[in-house]
Amino acid sequence: MTPRQRRWLFAIAIAGFVACYLWAFAGLPGFGHYPGPYGPEILKRAVGETHATGVVSAVNFEYRAFDTVGEEFILFTAAAGMSVVLRRLRGESEHEPVQPPVDAARGRDLPATTSAVRFAALALIGPTAVIGWWLATHAQANPSGGFQGGVVLATSFMLLYLSGESITFRRLSPTTLLDAAEAMGAGGFAAVGLAAVAQGLPYLSNFLPLGHIPGAITSSGTIALISFLVGIEVASAFVLITGELLEQTLLVRQRKPEPEAARGGGG
Amino acid sequence: MTILPFLVVAWIIAVGLYGLVTSRDLIHQIVCLIVVQSSTYVLLLGVGYVTGGVAPYFFDISPHAKAVDPVVQALALTDVVVEAAVTALLLSFAIQAHKRFGTLDPHELAPFKG
Amino acid sequence: MRGAVLDVLQATVLVLVAAGATLVVRTRDRVRLVLVLSAYGMLLAILFFVFQAPDVTLSELTVGAVALPLILLLTIAKVRKPQ
Repeated sequence: MTPRQRRWLFAIAIAGFVACYLWAFAGLPGFGHYPGPYGPEILKRAVGETHATGVVSAVNFEYRAFDTVGEEFILFTAAAGMSVVLRRLRGESEHEPVQPPVDAARGRDLPATTSAVRFAALALIGPTAVIGWWLATHAQANPSGGFQGGVVLATSFMLLYLSGESITFRRLSPTTLLDAAEAMGAGGFAAVGLAAVAQGLPYLSNFLPLGHIPGAITSSGTIALISFLVGIEVASAFVLITGELLEQTLLVRQRKPEPEAARGGGG
Repeated sequence: MTILPFLVVAWIIAVGLYGLVTSRDLIHQIVCLIVVQSSTYVLLLGVGYVTGGVAPYFFDISPHAKAVDPVVQALALTDVVVEAAVTALLLSFAIQAHKRFGTLDPHELAPFKG
Repeated sequence: MRGAVLDVLQATVLVLVAAGATLVVRTRDRVRLVLVLSAYGMLLAILFFVFQAPDVTLSELTVGAVALPLILLLTIAKVRKPQ
């Protein structure tokens, strides 16, 4: 099938799809006139029942906690699958004994990281880590939560790589520790649910005592705990993903030192 | 105005799928998949919007204020983070395809070889 | 009045998002694609903010504008033809 025929087939198919889609949406109430009833019902009850002022996090970690467990396991499986694929690739191409990590960037004819980038990245590592930690632990009050906090924490590790200290990045993110942290986060979430079952309640129901001040960490029961565990899991998953890809790129450059050294530092 | 978000969603889906079909590079195809996924986030938030509503956080306002739907926001939020990890998995498959076949052109990648 | 301003803002950002998606798909060079994707992620974050969803804004900003382009750049560096 030539590309032109493929385009014509696609045009016909997408026209049919868009026609059906617009026909479906013509029957809905317009934008801004959400009819409910699920949303307004939750908004009425959420603050009173869970003592958490962040209703989105309450929905995520209590009312629909089972969906969140499923999503977290998708994340866990994706990171694990990526590790399996890339580690097998790495194992296949290592014929020589494993060398200690070396700054393979020396001698490459690529522009080095400028001082502005390195300084800015180094200066931002601390604040980013603090913000990520705060986001992961305050799910019940503000627009925060385990997912965002975990990604911001992982970003602070990526800043470490961007500031040119890739050796430090590799030392600070050993794969055994990351695997353990990720498993602890995902397993901890499931374990909190099982702890509720152990007390005779349905899976993942809120069994910790609720406090009095809406929005404080200790007053929303399991929501803060689950959000913290999710934050750890998401952060380790993303650092693992970045670390695996980094191993791949550094491995490529480590295997080809001869041609680049022969060309020297010419541009 | 009442159907503009849904029109935009249909446009993003069509454009993303067009890029997917006519692409000659696996990385470009994966980015087109990212674009198509982003249309679903816009769709979710567009369905749950309430005119005149505020964000559903009642730290400093009364819990009886008119707010937008929190359920679709919860769905979109986890969606964004999880799809990034799935995209990373797709990229690792692209790396493996490059190692096996030496090319990232979808027209030249033979899926089943003898 | 506030409702009308928000409506105009939402319509503008929606049109910009549609244009951004078209731009992302039409870019063919890999590194440029990553940069345009990062800008598209920031546009989406603004759209989610105008739709009164700060949580989703945070997620999209960190994932779509920082983490995903970095992962893509590392992959591109891996599959680049050795010079």
